[in-house]
Order: sequence, then structure tokens, then C-alpha cells
Amino acid sequence: MSVIGGVAAAGLQVLAVGAGAPLLIGVMRQVRARLEGRVGAGVGQPWRDLRKLMRKEPLSPRGTSEVFRIAPLILVATTLIVAAVVPLVTTASPLDSVADLFAVVALLTLGAVALALAGIDTGTAFGGMGASREMTIVALVEPTLLLAVLAVSVRVGSTNLSQIVTSTLDDPARVISPVTVLAATALAVAIIAETGRLPVDNPSTHLELTMVHEAMVLEYAGPDLALVEWASAMRLTVFLGLFAGLFAPWGIATSGSVAALAVALVVFMIKVAVLGVALAAGEVFLAKLRLFRVPELLAGSFVFALLAVVASFFLA
Amino acid sequence: MTDISVQLLYLACGAFLLTAVLVVWRRELAAIIRLFALQGVALSGIAAVLAVHERSLEHAVLAAGICALRAVILPQVVRRALPPTGPARETRPLVNVAASLLAVAVLALLAYVVAQPLVQLSPSPVTRAIPVGLTVVLIGFFVLVTRRRAASQVIGFLLIDNGVTAVALLTTAEIPLVVELGVSLDVLLAVLVLQLLAVRMRATFGSTELDELTELRD
Repeated sequence: MSVIGGVAAAGLQVLAVGAGAPLLIGVMRQVRARLEGRVGAGVGQPWRDLRKLMRKEPLSPRGTSEVFRIAPLILVATTLIVAAVVPLVTTASPLDSVADLFAVVALLTLGAVALALAGIDTGTAFGGMGASREMTIVALVEPTLLLAVLAVSVRVGSTNLSQIVTSTLDDPARVISPVTVLAATALAVAIIAETGRLPVDNPSTHLELTMVHEAMVLEYAGPDLALVEWASAMRLTVFLGLFAGLFAPWGIATSGSVAALAVALVVFMIKVAVLGVALAAGEVFLAKLRLFRVPELLAGSFVFALLAVVASFFLA
Repeated sequence: MTDISVQLLYLACGAFLLTAVLVVWRRELAAIIRLFALQGVALSGIAAVLAVHERSLEHAVLAAGICALRAVILPQVVRRALPPTGPARETRPLVNVAASLLAVAVLALLAYVVAQPLVQLSPSPVTRAIPVGLTVVLIGFFVLVTRRRAASQVIGFLLIDNGVTAVALLTTAEIPLVVELGVSLDVLLAVLVLQLLAVRMRATFGSTELDELTELRD
């Protein structure tokens, strides 16, 4: 596959994630609204919110430093890089060598850390509290994320995400194994915690005692807030796409032909939409866990990830 | 053994292990009992895959028997021992849940180390799954010693038995049907006795928290 085709494919991934992420959030909110008996604001509402926020005048609180202003840019930039390198639509990204498991997780964590620093930088009680909670959760989630993907990578012998996806495409029967069951459970919990969904964090709350992510970004307004919201939506999309790619990679293009890319794009959108709808529908039945119970949930997912790694060495 | 049946066997083993870990994770007794029933289904799945592989009618009967006993009858019996009203939860386990989950991880590693000599005796795809059975035995023992409520202790006892049955299925080509039948009946009787005890305890003391029984009452 030519380099130009690879660049085009990576650009397509970035475009799909960038344009599709707010729509995904819209779909999830709409599903939730319908299940709760409300009409809902429509699928396009997150985009309309972003447009409204972008038109506002940029404001930053008195006493904040550059950390506060740079954080949204770091968050967006790291998420876009991950969207370009992770095999969502094609396995033939020109930045293939960057699509290493550890590099991707580190990039995503970098964005989370930047936002936590910004939360502390505001000097308000809420910002510091949100940052401290977010770091507690991130510190518990990262090992699980790494272990779960490591378990899937053992049979491939490489931590390169493209190679993992390609080998699963070559030998689809391998997906049915205890390793994938355990790793998928662990990764699902880790993704829910990392993207701040119920039962770990409630994305629609602004109650002082319960918010985690919202507390960190409380001081943002206007275009900065738009960037943060957009990046959070993209993180969710990338994580769901990564999950689908690892455990149900069918449809991902391995060649650079336009037809294969088009099919892969449609399949990617369907898979992410299905996962998103399932997540939103599940959230209707869940209440937020007490913050002190969250480590319990994350310890559980860590055990699953560890068992997956152990099983991948002993059973395979 | 064909590739696909090995994978189905491992999948059943994975579900078997998963349900055991979930038993440690959950607090609601009703959910724990449901998980135990699911584990029974996974265990009968292991037996069924082996039955198809060995083409033996005896194994098939065994699979059906395990399914009936461990997925339907035993959960039903334990459920009847639950208090009809009030919070049916494991409120204060001796070891908190996060720590017990980490203990489960250590137990799993221990089981894998301990099972290696057994696996080395005749390495085959079937015997390589023995550590899963041993892990469930150890998890059951752990639940038995760290939980306070009578119902979850019974579930711990039953987890041990499930693990023993799984190890027996995986290590031996044939378990005589009579032996398995005897063991199963034994377990059923033990659980019936324990259920009776739990109901009597509740009627006398108003609670099935076993630690409270060591204190004097007037």
C-alpha cells in the first residue's frame, strides 16, 4: 500500500472520529432520553452546543497560568494522534510503529493528566477535588488497561495494535477463548471508568459531591470548554473503536483500496454506534457508585485482566 | 482433540473461573446464588464438551446431571434459606472486597504453580485447564473462611465442590458414574442439612451472622 493511501486512510480515521464523536454522544443522550420517557434534544445537539461555545469570547479565570490555557489543546492533540494511529478503519496507517499499546495508553493518559493539572491550576476547591479524584481513578485504571491489552497481545507476540488486529482477522476462531472473555470484561470496566461514564462518574451531573470530570473542567468557558467537550467525546469514540477492533475486528481494511476503506468506515460507525447504544441503555439501569466503592470495581477489573494474562500464558 | 472443541472447553473453563471471581465481587446474596447457578451451567458445559469429545454416553448423562443439580436444584435450595425480608447482603466480610479480589489474583497464581506437576504428568489440551479447577477450589475455600453470612458460606462450600468436580473431569478420562452420583447426592444432602440449620438459626437468633453466635445471650 502506498504511503499516500496510508496518509489518506489515517486522515479518514481522524475525520470520522472528529466529526462522528459529538454525533455518538448525541445518539447516546437520545437513547437515554427515550428510555427515560423524555423526547430528547436530538442527535445533533452536541454539535449545536459546540458551535455555540466556539462563538463565545474566550475567558480564563484570574490567576490561572499557561497550564490552564494549554491543557485543552494537549487533550485534543493527543486524542487526534491516537485517532490517527489506532487501527479503527485501516491497519495500514503510516504511523503504524506508533500504534504500540504502551504508546497509545501513555498518550491518552497524557491528556487526562494535562486536564487534571489545569483543574489544580485554577486554585478552586472543585478543580483540586476533581483532579484528585480523577487521578485516583486513572492510577487504578491504567494497569488494568495495559494488562487487558497485553493479554490479547500475548498470542500475537507483539504489542503493536495493528498486528494484533491483523492476526485476529487472519484467524477469527481465536477470538473464542477465555483470554478474550476475561480481557473484554476487564477492558469494558476500564473504558467505562476512563471515559467517566456511569457507574464511576455521571457525565450529566453538576452536584458537588459526585462530579469527577465535570469538577475539573468547571472553570472552562467558551472555545476552551468546546475543545474539552469535543476531546472527551473523541476519547469515548476512540476507546469504543479500540474495544471493537480488538474483540470484533471484522470489516477493518487491510488493503488501501477505496472500496475496502468505504466498507470499513461504515462497519466502524455501526460497531461504535452499537457499543454506544448498549452503553447508554445499560446506564439507564445503573446508579452511580459511591466514590469509596469505585476502587472495589476497579480492583475487580484488574483481577480479570491479571487472570486473562495468566490464562493466555497457561491455556494457549 | 479438535481445535474447535479445545476452544469450547477453554471457553467453558473461562466462564467457570469468571463466575467464581464474580461471586467474590458481588455482595447481594441473591446475585451470588444466581452466579453460582451460572457456574453450574459452565461446569456442565465442560462435561458436555468432554462427552462429545469422548463420544461417551456416560459423560453426557453426567453433564445433564450436573446441570440439573448444580444449576437448578442447589441454587433453589440455598435461595430458600435466605431471609424472606430484610437486607440480603454480605455487609461486613472479614476481608474487604477489594482486598479479597487481590487475594483471588494471588490464589490463581498459586493454583497455576501448584498444578504444574499435575499437568506435566500427561500434558494435553485438557489437562492444561486443571489450574482453573484448582483456582475455583481455592476461591471457594477463601469465600468459606472470610464471609459471615451462612448463605455465602454455603456457596463457598459449593464452590469448592464445583472446583473438585472440574478437576476430576479434567484429570481423568472417565469418572465412574456411580462415584459421581454418590458425591453429588452427598453434596445435595449436606446442603439440605445446612439449609435446615440456617433456617433454624434464623428462627432462634433472628440472624444468620455466624460470628454473633459466639456471644452469650439471655
